[in-house]
Amino acid sequence: MTAIEKLSEQLDQVFTSKLQSKKLELGEITIEVSADDYLTVCKQLHDNESFAFEILIDLCGIDYSAYGQDEWKTDASANGFSRGVESAQHGRLKFGDELPENENSGKRFAVIVHLLSIKNNQRLRVRVFAEDDAYPVVKSVVDIWNGVNWFEREAFDLFGIHFDGHPDLRRILTDYGFVGHPFRKDFPLSGNVEMRYDEEQKRVVYEPVSIEPRVLVPRVIRENKKHQNLSANELESED
Amino acid sequence: MPEIRNYTLNFGPQHPAAHGVLRLILEMDGEVIQRADPHIGLLHRATEKLAESKPYNQSIGYMDRLDYVSMMCNEHGYILALEKLLGVEVPERAQYIRVMFDEITRLLNHLLWIGAHGLDVGAMTMFLYAFREREDLMDVYEAVSGARLHATYYRPGGVARDLPDSMPQYKASKWHSQKEVNRLNDTRSGSLLDFIEDFTKRFPTYVDEYETLLTDNRIWKQRLVDIAIVSPERAMQLGFTGPMLRGSGVEWDLRKKQPYAVYDKMDFDIPVGTNGDSYDRYLVRMEEMRQSNRIIRQCVDWLRVNPGPVLAQDHKVTPPSRKEMKGDMESLIHHFKLFTEGFCLPEGEAYGAVEHPKGEFGVYLNSDGANKPYRLKIRAPGFAHLSALDEMTRGHMLSDVVAVIGTQDIVFGEIDR
Repeated sequence: MTAIEKLSEQLDQVFTSKLQSKKLELGEITIEVSADDYLTVCKQLHDNESFAFEILIDLCGIDYSAYGQDEWKTDASANGFSRGVESAQHGRLKFGDELPENENSGKRFAVIVHLLSIKNNQRLRVRVFAEDDAYPVVKSVVDIWNGVNWFEREAFDLFGIHFDGHPDLRRILTDYGFVGHPFRKDFPLSGNVEMRYDEEQKRVVYEPVSIEPRVLVPRVIRENKKHQNLSANELESED
Repeated sequence: MPEIRNYTLNFGPQHPAAHGVLRLILEMDGEVIQRADPHIGLLHRATEKLAESKPYNQSIGYMDRLDYVSMMCNEHGYILALEKLLGVEVPERAQYIRVMFDEITRLLNHLLWIGAHGLDVGAMTMFLYAFREREDLMDVYEAVSGARLHATYYRPGGVARDLPDSMPQYKASKWHSQKEVNRLNDTRSGSLLDFIEDFTKRFPTYVDEYETLLTDNRIWKQRLVDIAIVSPERAMQLGFTGPMLRGSGVEWDLRKKQPYAVYDKMDFDIPVGTNGDSYDRYLVRMEEMRQSNRIIRQCVDWLRVNPGPVLAQDHKVTPPSRKEMKGDMESLIHHFKLFTEGFCLPEGEAYGAVEHPKGEFGVYLNSDGANKPYRLKIRAPGFAHLSALDEMTRGHMLSDVVAVIGTQDIVFGEIDR
């Protein structure tokens, strides 16, 4: 049994029902825990000798509200591109109703933690969803890994996720007096306000942004499995 | 007796010793730091959000601009995460080229670090010496990618092109006479590999020069020894990686422990500190330069005798050659699809990490199956290091703040992202 399978088994044994899900993909383990269990699980991951995750490598927020959505609804042009649609080898656009099931439907905000164990030379990813979409709160792990302080501030700043028990939850990356949480999916890429120096008022003024948002390359979701497995030979034989 | 009050000092955001746009609010008791509160984000460009709006390939160039002194290592982190999800096979020659350029990048980074660190502490000569060597290495960047800094050289599935057979040459001008130019071009007459090999022969003597200037220098030691001591336990608590962690005596290097590319075939040692002070971190980085030089040498030897492809031939991900594109319908379609839409990643998530000159640089990719990332998170080593500035400077003098910023090897491109 490889080391990672062993870790996977240990996780099952120690946490049993606390694991909402556990995935072992691409040589990485991802576990999902509920917001209530998050702190106790993290404490054990740090303290338990068989895990010994001494370093918190990264903590980041994520907003799942647009997961699996493409920007290009092409009902009309599907008939137009007859060749592209009929041959379909490269995979074609998925229309709205055909999108892959959103596994995370329901809760919007999650916190993803990457842990590293130097002792066991292993990594682990922990995901925890915030219960309330309107006021997402997750417990802070700053007492377990002190270095997480700024990472939590960043997730608060960019996603508006609150960390219960954090000693100093201030904005970190955005400007003083910034309004909104820029990495949420409903926050426009160009922002909401723009800034210039006003000659008459002799000061910097903020105004609603004047840039029109545009998409250079539309976001499309292709049938990946087909796309992945289709070799050039199959392409030729189908012609 | 007059009441003595603490003094709040505003340091930066524009300060020559702040290594970029760092604003520090320092609470001082006389000249002793009581609390340091770094205000960051002045260089925040929302790279991660920008990447969400672009096909995967178009974000490679953004990675250079994160830590703008170790460009190719950033690219490597991003490309590793991409390749993990894509499942592309990378040709061996491309992997050796990547390792070689990762190490060249490490030299570039450490040279800038020693130059800036020296300058901060008062050793101006270091800056001039370090930039002399950086010049050669940036020429290598230029030869291979056309750009001296922001190379955008790595691609999912390999590297953009093979190593060139010739180096760019200096031309005589009113600043350089023909004689001077001949001297400069002397080492540039052969192929890129010849030039790099020549550099690796010269470089150890350069490091000796630096060490003669600094290692036993009385002022250097007074400014670094026992400054900002971090115990191994604290270093792990604070999320340190790279030389900051090794300086504290933890033997941890991704190149050895979780090898990527062809690092497992390389012969090199990991230097480790004992006291965890700034001086140990200095010694660790100096030794790393020597070890990098060794790795570059091994790569050069291998690359000389092993020609081959440097980019995977999976045209869903890499573009077909110009010639194929002109003559073959399928290649034309591949080319068109790749450059208008990019490629889609399978749904899933991956974390790719490299041993960046500053520590662990990781990229977390979350894909929902589209041609753009759903979420991209860049784990910058400097972010964790700078967050420990408060703890490291507390109780030290104001002038030590500058030495600590130097020893942390701070670059704002990666911290603010």
